Amino acid sequence: MSATTAGTAKGRGLPERDRLLHLLQEYGIYAALLLLVVVATGLDGSFLSAGNARVQLFQVSPALLVALGMALVIGTEGIDLSVGAVIALAAAVVPLYLGYGLGVALPLALLLGAVSGLVAGAMVAFARVQPIVATLSLMIGVRGLAELVNGDSAKPVTDSGLLALGGDCFLGVPWMAWIAGLAAVVVGLVVRRTTFGRQLVAVGDNPRASRLAGLPVRRIQVGVYVVSGVLAALAGVLIVGHGAEADPANQGLDMELTAITAVVVGGTPLSGGRIRVLGTVAGALFMQLLTAVLTQHNVPVSYTQITEAAIICFAVYASRERGTR
Amino acid sequence: MSSTAAHPRAAAPAPGTPPPDGGRAGRFETVAARIQQQGALAVLVLVCAAASFGSSTFPSWSNISSILANNSFVWLLALGMTFVITTGGIDLSVGSLYALGGVLAARGAQTGTWLAVLLPIAVCAAWGTLQGLLVAKARMAPFIVTLAGLLGARGLLQALTDQGSTTYLVPAHSAFLRLAAGVWPPVLTVAALFALGWLLLTRTRFGATVTAIGGNENAAGLMGLPVTRTKVQVYLLSGTLAGLAGAMSGSRLGSGVTTIGVGYELTAIAAVVIGGTLLTGGSGSVGGTVCGVLLLAVINNLIDQYASQYGSAFTDTVNGGFLAVVVLLQTLLSRAGRPA
Repeated sequence: MSATTAGTAKGRGLPERDRLLHLLQEYGIYAALLLLVVVATGLDGSFLSAGNARVQLFQVSPALLVALGMALVIGTEGIDLSVGAVIALAAAVVPLYLGYGLGVALPLALLLGAVSGLVAGAMVAFARVQPIVATLSLMIGVRGLAELVNGDSAKPVTDSGLLALGGDCFLGVPWMAWIAGLAAVVVGLVVRRTTFGRQLVAVGDNPRASRLAGLPVRRIQVGVYVVSGVLAALAGVLIVGHGAEADPANQGLDMELTAITAVVVGGTPLSGGRIRVLGTVAGALFMQLLTAVLTQHNVPVSYTQITEAAIICFAVYASRERGTR
Repeated sequence: MSSTAAHPRAAAPAPGTPPPDGGRAGRFETVAARIQQQGALAVLVLVCAAASFGSSTFPSWSNISSILANNSFVWLLALGMTFVITTGGIDLSVGSLYALGGVLAARGAQTGTWLAVLLPIAVCAAWGTLQGLLVAKARMAPFIVTLAGLLGARGLLQALTDQGSTTYLVPAHSAFLRLAAGVWPPVLTVAALFALGWLLLTRTRFGATVTAIGGNENAAGLMGLPVTRTKVQVYLLSGTLAGLAGAMSGSRLGSGVTTIGVGYELTAIAAVVIGGTLLTGGSGSVGGTVCGVLLLAVINNLIDQYASQYGSAFTDTVNGGFLAVVVLLQTLLSRAGRPA
């Protein structure tokens, strides 16, 4: 591990080139987000309108929830590929229990997300299976399970509470965005202000030293996957509410890639040991707005994908650690 | 499968594992390591035997040839993946490159058979080389580089086909159509490539370097092995094989289908892992990957025969659960196989 301790230092005392790189790592995503908004507004004045802002918030909220859980997992040097499948599972379960009201269906979906995370976490922590494989097998299995539960067709959802949660606004801002924002604040506080947060960053930085220092490494590892599962399930419920239908075959597809991208572009290193919550929020917003701008100006999907690929590469290149792997 | 390959970690403990206590591996460890290496073969034999007793259609020639011929070129993705994973890396781009290869082959076939074969291989090889350079030279995480590769190659494919609206058909008289037709041409091609891959990994300096890098990259570098060059080469190999597999699919389907290949990288990784190659690198086996792809193919075939009424969701659930169980066993056995 090289200069990752410079979380708060402003890169003083570094050579000029390294200092620039350091500034780019620390503030690059915010600058990029600002630049994107300026350019988009220049191209189309209505980009900054309240209506468009609301549309974008609806779109980004579920992705942000998932990305926050992913940031915690990546902070422990793990990865969670199962989040898209957990969204599908939540979407499959919600219509079955909406008859008893949202107060039953929502906790149940969250519980299933927690169970899925528990399985992933147990595989990683106790069997020491590689995170990518553990969550890959869940990604395949859980999505299959979701489609089994649901059957073949998408199911319309009419529960007024759920539709309000996914589609209505409070003080002009979507409920979804309030929830995602609250989750971001809580995750940020957990990372900065709680023992659990400190410990999980330590585990990501050096698992072996953490174990030797007496940290409950396994409990922490299980914990982050459980949180990731719960947040993904919550995102799944919101997606169902927003679309007014449950479609496990299509909902949550590629969400793991979207979430990982948001986290990485936000400056959280894949090698663990540092979590940037605000960066993750900015990263999720940046990717969402970029897609929106490109789509709005009729750029074909293919070029949008190529652009996103290039941006991911650039972000990782800028945030890589020099010297050691 | 020489016995030295069974204990790559005995020679080079990975960071994070305690060094061996100098004692030789006991009998239990040897058996555990052997099962971990040969587990896929054992399960494959068991499944095939059980299926043959339980069903008259399974062992029939028509069924076996359909298992072999229908998607054997997809197994090439797993062959390339074996090399990448053995170095401790991962290549998520192969599914997209496979689809890209198919479209490029169909596009090239408009001009001539030689271009139909060369174009996909050249483009995918270049793509793999670029990824390899980013991983090896720029020291970026393979997961992210190839994730970007997955998106980018898919995007390039969409751009080539006007967002999937243009389908290039291979001209009906083209010799290219005969490249992967029938049962034997594709199966023999794939078998020959796997044999070459096995030789490459077990009998050449390149293969030894690949294994050494996965075992302990720093040590490999200090020993003077060409670490950077070899890492670039494995991504080049993986991309090339994906392009070739795509070309064969283009020949078999007679057109460039833009929607294929999604999720194939996961199947390839699953096959490699089931075959006993450790994702931590340093222990890869082409023979194991053969067993892995055959096992997945046989299980899918059985599910198709007996559980097709439950639909593809059931297949996915079984596959996911199966993969989880296998990976758990592999990990436990590989730990038992190392003197701790």
